[in-house]
Amino acid sequence: MSRSPSASIFDARILAPAIAGAFRKLDPRTLAKNPVMFVVAVVSVLTTVLFVRDLVTGAGDLGFSFQINLWLWFTVLFANFAEAVAEGRGKAQAESLRRSRSETQARLINADGEGTRLVAGASLKVGDLVLVEAGEIIPSDGEIVEGVASVNEAAITGESAPVIRESGGDRSAVTGGTQVLSDWIRVRITAAAGSTFIDRMVALVEGAERQKTPNEIALNVLLAGLTLIFVLATATIPAFAAYAGGSIPVIVLVALFVTLIPTTIGALLSAIGIAGMDRLVRFNVLAMSGRAVEAAGDIDTLLLDKTGTITLGNRQASDFRPVKGVTERDLADAAQLASLADETPEGRSIVVLAKEKYGIRGRDMAGLNATFVPFTAQSRMSGVDLDGSSIRKGAVDAVLRHIERTSAANGSAAGTAESRRELEAIATDISKAGGTPLAVVRDGRLLGVLHLKDIVKGGIRERFVELRRMGIRTVMITGDNPMTAAAIAAEAGVDDFLAEATPEDKLKLIRDEQAKGKLVAMCGDGTNDAPALAQADVGVAMNTGTMAAREAGNMVDLDSDPTKLIEIVEIGKQLLMTRGALTTFSIANDVAKYFAIVPAMFIAVYPQLDALNVMGLSTPESAILSAIIFNALIIVALIPLSLKGVAYKAIGADRLLQRNLLVYGLGGLIVPFIGIKAIDMIVTAIGLV
Amino acid sequence: MLTQSILFVVLVVGGTALASWPLGRYMQWAMDPADLPSGISGWKTRAFAAIGGPLAASSQNWTRYMSAMLAFNLVMFAVCAAILALQQHLPLNPDGRPALEASLIFNTAASFTSNTNLQHYSGEVSLSYLSQLGALMWLQFVSAATGIAALAALARGLAGRPLGNFFLDIQRACFLVLLPAALVLAVLLVIGGVPMTFEGAAIATTLEGVQQTIARGPVAAFVSIKQLGTNGGGFFGPNSTHPLENPGFWTNIIEMVAIILIPMACVWMFARIIGRLRHGGVIFAVMLAFLLVKIAGSVYFEAAPTRAFAGLPIDQTLGNLEGKEMRFGPAGGPLWSVLTTSTSNGSVGAMHDSLNPMTGLMPMVGMWLNATFGGVGVGMINMFLYIVVGVFIAGMMIGRTPEYLGWRVEAREVKLALLALLAHGLFVLGGTAIFAATPWGADTLNNTGPHGFSEILYEFTSASANNGSGFEGLGDNTMPWNIATGIVMLLARFIPILLPLAIVGSLSGKRRSAESNGTLSVEGGVFGTMLAATIVVVGALTFFPAATLGPIAEHVTTMN
Repeated sequence: MSRSPSASIFDARILAPAIAGAFRKLDPRTLAKNPVMFVVAVVSVLTTVLFVRDLVTGAGDLGFSFQINLWLWFTVLFANFAEAVAEGRGKAQAESLRRSRSETQARLINADGEGTRLVAGASLKVGDLVLVEAGEIIPSDGEIVEGVASVNEAAITGESAPVIRESGGDRSAVTGGTQVLSDWIRVRITAAAGSTFIDRMVALVEGAERQKTPNEIALNVLLAGLTLIFVLATATIPAFAAYAGGSIPVIVLVALFVTLIPTTIGALLSAIGIAGMDRLVRFNVLAMSGRAVEAAGDIDTLLLDKTGTITLGNRQASDFRPVKGVTERDLADAAQLASLADETPEGRSIVVLAKEKYGIRGRDMAGLNATFVPFTAQSRMSGVDLDGSSIRKGAVDAVLRHIERTSAANGSAAGTAESRRELEAIATDISKAGGTPLAVVRDGRLLGVLHLKDIVKGGIRERFVELRRMGIRTVMITGDNPMTAAAIAAEAGVDDFLAEATPEDKLKLIRDEQAKGKLVAMCGDGTNDAPALAQADVGVAMNTGTMAAREAGNMVDLDSDPTKLIEIVEIGKQLLMTRGALTTFSIANDVAKYFAIVPAMFIAVYPQLDALNVMGLSTPESAILSAIIFNALIIVALIPLSLKGVAYKAIGADRLLQRNLLVYGLGGLIVPFIGIKAIDMIVTAIGLV
Repeated sequence: MLTQSILFVVLVVGGTALASWPLGRYMQWAMDPADLPSGISGWKTRAFAAIGGPLAASSQNWTRYMSAMLAFNLVMFAVCAAILALQQHLPLNPDGRPALEASLIFNTAASFTSNTNLQHYSGEVSLSYLSQLGALMWLQFVSAATGIAALAALARGLAGRPLGNFFLDIQRACFLVLLPAALVLAVLLVIGGVPMTFEGAAIATTLEGVQQTIARGPVAAFVSIKQLGTNGGGFFGPNSTHPLENPGFWTNIIEMVAIILIPMACVWMFARIIGRLRHGGVIFAVMLAFLLVKIAGSVYFEAAPTRAFAGLPIDQTLGNLEGKEMRFGPAGGPLWSVLTTSTSNGSVGAMHDSLNPMTGLMPMVGMWLNATFGGVGVGMINMFLYIVVGVFIAGMMIGRTPEYLGWRVEAREVKLALLALLAHGLFVLGGTAIFAATPWGADTLNNTGPHGFSEILYEFTSASANNGSGFEGLGDNTMPWNIATGIVMLLARFIPILLPLAIVGSLSGKRRSAESNGTLSVEGGVFGTMLAATIVVVGALTFFPAATLGPIAEHVTTMN
């Protein structure tokens, strides 16, 4: 798993363009996408015009209104800056991707199927057939129709080890921009220029095609609604003041308005969204839409494939179980001999176990005059032939058949019935414990059974406990029989399992869960996974998978690591939590701002209202200026948090809410009281007003 | 003195809270019968369906439910206006009350249709008995029943069931809930000394030998539904401070209990229909907490002497007794003022204009929130709006897209909830701004300065909250006041019913998701805190500048 390091926001390569971007985003068409900041910009224009008018006529307190104007514009610029920084981090990644998309030439196979001609990669159409040979760049996304090749996919995964791609089966998809290292392949193009996988990646990480997600739209509606409420609260003040015989300068009203509307979250909202996508991308997961990231946070049920996710991909020998009359050491010795030349992970694990338990060292195969008998689908056994002696290991039924055959052939006793029964009993025992039994026979004599164990990944049990606390149910999907599956499920601590699972079973399971009102996430790679991937609310396709799987899912994991589903859920939750926390903070800030500005505003009418000046701000002007400065600076102060995201802890919804409410609600209540007071002291000390 | 006040509050509020539990259970039985019309105990549904005829034949979706409700209320409005306009020609007018002015008719019809009962007239001098009973008291029943019906429909929608039928619901609310309760209360009031007669005014000779005309009438019937249905419009101008509406200490207690009884029970009814009693408990607790804070505030601030008597040789050790009825005890006035404004009732047991400035703020806060118990049915509906906003923010904070009872809260729901909350602010602040800055308001004031401002603010607050109490001291029977508050009352009544039902309509079209320990719990103290914070920040703070220029400015300029 290659997680690229996150760029610091203080990185000059990001900072400088972001500052320029902050000004470029003053374009009204860009601003209009963000209702809160658009409103701030509109009133800033208004107050600037009024300031210019006052400058000409020489009326009013120019110094004060200049400073308020300045900070109003800073508020808008800081918001733009936040968005530009978030985009900047994505741009750096997009840049490296785009390089791999550089103009390629393609060898288009002629319609008659014979001969090729060179065309520009960009001119390829869906359905065209191209030939790609070693050293060449694959011109566009496609599916291998013929051939097998090793492909360097570092351009998209960052992983330089080559992967095998071949026609047919689940590894037939190739990605435009990746390079064939050996052999040749014929590829049917599946994506036209401009809509290839890398094109989509570039667009996604750049945020160019960023569409607002449903929750983001809803939050924007909330913020716009609150803005309207505060329009009402401030627009009625002049009439109230007029009744009391006072008048409130427009600049002061604007200051109150801008500090009350939720500028903090309004300014950071799109940065939070971009950063959330970016976190996924850095995690080498591509979400096809922001909607999918949000859905990830809502997942109730996780379908996890056993192999590779819950257990290590390979089984390992964990025990020697001899039949009566055979010592464990003899069994280990025979098994080791049979496995010495066996390069499969299972075979190697037998050698390792024999050495660990009995110190049986590796032996020179040639010196023993041994010939290795490899595993075949027919015999379903492997082993070794020594001088006049043969050792075989394999599935219990295969080994038993082998004995019958050999005993029938040479007339020897086909193992005692007793030892057969014993062997079968041990085998059942191992199956029940979730293991795979592997029988060992030497010269027609049953020696015993090896316990091949599915090794549950370290720490995965704790992850499931964590998921349960998050309110997420885990279901293990496996092709094993129910007995074995139950044992592994119990060991790993998953909530449920689906044994002997077919693709149809998976699809049905997803539909059933959804009918119960649950959101389901799964990952898959094969073409037969495609319906389930499409049905799931979050379907993560492995990058090694087929094109069909990649099209069906709404996320692609470039590392093809199914464990990441868990992190994807956390990233989704983090995104929503960051939005919620900053919204709460932003709204809670209003209390202090009221207490800063309202007394200052009305003090000319009713001097006794100074009693409401609980912060003891020195003058009405410094109070208003301090509030607006705080309001602008808090945006900058919260940029790192909005990019990093609020840390998610799996402690259950209620405690999580309690914690966030304390930190961002109560914090949001208190912080501005301290902040505004501090700024007021500075403003007064250096004599700004 | 303090112990006495606390005991008094605990008796009234605590006692009613206890009584609301069984009543809530009863109301669910009455409003939301689980059995099918064909069942053994389906008699009530069958009977009401027979009365309703084709109108009550089928279940309605939210638009049809709402249309039925609006049409019904429009008819009621027209009938009420007609009776008021023609009262001089109609029977039951023993004292020969003359015709009313057109804008007053509009205002009064709007006021009673909207369950507000803002009274720009004085009942005993302007209205015939037919107007009082046939137009106004009738509306006191059906407008309250409209609120209960709307809440039942909302709750059914949230439970994932069809909304029901408005014409069935309104009959259930009238005949099974309000009528029996009003009968019991009226009997108690008659026992307590409230008159119930169709004879004209009594002529009495006083000790000084002067002839005095004492207005009377079918008071007990009127007062009982006025209290129970959060109506508040009194038979007499001085409302429940009048000795014939509220003769003594015990009738005062009974009437106060009647103010908050059904609003409290509505919370339990809601919780039972959605099948979430613990959630109802949290809502109830939040509402109760707000209520108690307001009561504590008003009792505390009213313990200070009034400025009006400053320098006069009057003993003020009991606090501000100006405008109080001494027969109700010192805490009776402030307690009533909070109860009546927290529930959109609007009947008065003391003169709000005479309350100390900060005490006067408490009723206003109650009406600004309008959901800390709130009106019959509609208080809980208003709380639902705050719940939608609170759930939206809280839901994100636990890392999920927000949902309420498994329904996903998205842009449309948030928009509708905020529009409803915005409407209330617009009516209160917008109306106050216009009237404070123009002669429409300024010329009708008896007081200048912040207190005069408070009077205008209070009037619009009361109209928009469908409360109906007055700060008084305001010459409000003028064409601008009648028309402006009339419009505000109607809009402020139906927008906050229409939009929440639209929310439920929108929610019920979605896939409902299951709840787990990863979803937002709406049953604990954490959610209660979140809800309370939402109410304060979204609901109350909007009114802070207005409060500053009204009660707070008056307090800081006069009380120190």
